[in-house]
Amino acid sequence: MILALALAVGLATAVSPFASSNPDGLEHVAKRKDFLDEGKLARIQQDSPISGYAFPGIGNERVATGLAGFVGTIAVFALGYGLAFVLRRRERGGAPPGAPA
Amino acid sequence: MIDIPIALHIPDGFLSAGVAASCGLAAIAAVAWGLRVANVELDEARVPLLGVLAAFIFAAQMLNFPIAGGTSGHFLGATLAAVLLGPWLACLVMAVVIVVQAFAFADGGVSALGANVLNMGVLGALLAGYLVVAAGRLLPRTRVAFLGVAGVVSWVAVMTGAAATSVELAASDTVPLATSLPAMLGVHAVIGLGEAVITVAAVSAVLAARPDLVALAPKELTAAGAPVTRPAEGAV
Repeated sequence: MILALALAVGLATAVSPFASSNPDGLEHVAKRKDFLDEGKLARIQQDSPISGYAFPGIGNERVATGLAGFVGTIAVFALGYGLAFVLRRRERGGAPPGAPA
Repeated sequence: MIDIPIALHIPDGFLSAGVAASCGLAAIAAVAWGLRVANVELDEARVPLLGVLAAFIFAAQMLNFPIAGGTSGHFLGATLAAVLLGPWLACLVMAVVIVVQAFAFADGGVSALGANVLNMGVLGALLAGYLVVAAGRLLPRTRVAFLGVAGVVSWVAVMTGAAATSVELAASDTVPLATSLPAMLGVHAVIGLGEAVITVAAVSAVLAARPDLVALAPKELTAAGAPVTRPAEGAV
């Protein structure tokens, strides 16, 4: 499990800067069918901390992407783990109502 | 040309308010049911898996691979999540990933958030989850059959998400279905192949290392080797 997490962080940090920057599936179709320009950022997203997967204040594009990947992966892990921890079925201690004693 | 990141994620402005709201309601309903399922059946041992899986899917979604015609695609992960956690917990994992992408990385719109969770998460996770279970009843309960089904189903899940996106764009009067559907399906037929390769590789790796963590695997595959700690379903 730790290994899988390390793999995820490693991929996001070290490999993502070298990922293809070609327009992706939806973007490609939107451009060809001429509705790409209808896309816009919501107001709240203009203040996104790491807009466009580039860590702010870093000149080197690859380093900025790698750092964004590192931070993002850790954040998503923490959020997923935290959510699961809060939601998990409790068997002992603080038994839910109706649980067998 | 405005410069916004679209990574298979629908940005704001592509969908009408009605379509965005309908998709939002559907996504909220699925996530709410996922929360309920977690409360009932998510045991302590699988808590880390949820976090690690969300992290892995987020990381893999950053890795755009080039496909024909100057286009790229990336792994979505709904099938992988469904195979490891079951369809409803997979909805939760996908929602976590897509919400963080929208708010921290400005990837995918805010009003389109429900549509993105629906297209890339919920539809794929539920379809894949139930198809894998159904196929498990019909096919031999072997490792090869299980991995084969996971691969095929992950391709179908990507195509379903692409088709749903086209329908939502058409219902929003952004682009007619006859225009976008063939284009979306064409591109995603290739992206789906990448999805299948990564899904099979990942499921195969987890089956080898921790078979007890593959929720939808036939019992014959999870029982081999390490003792299974998962409590039997239905046991009091």
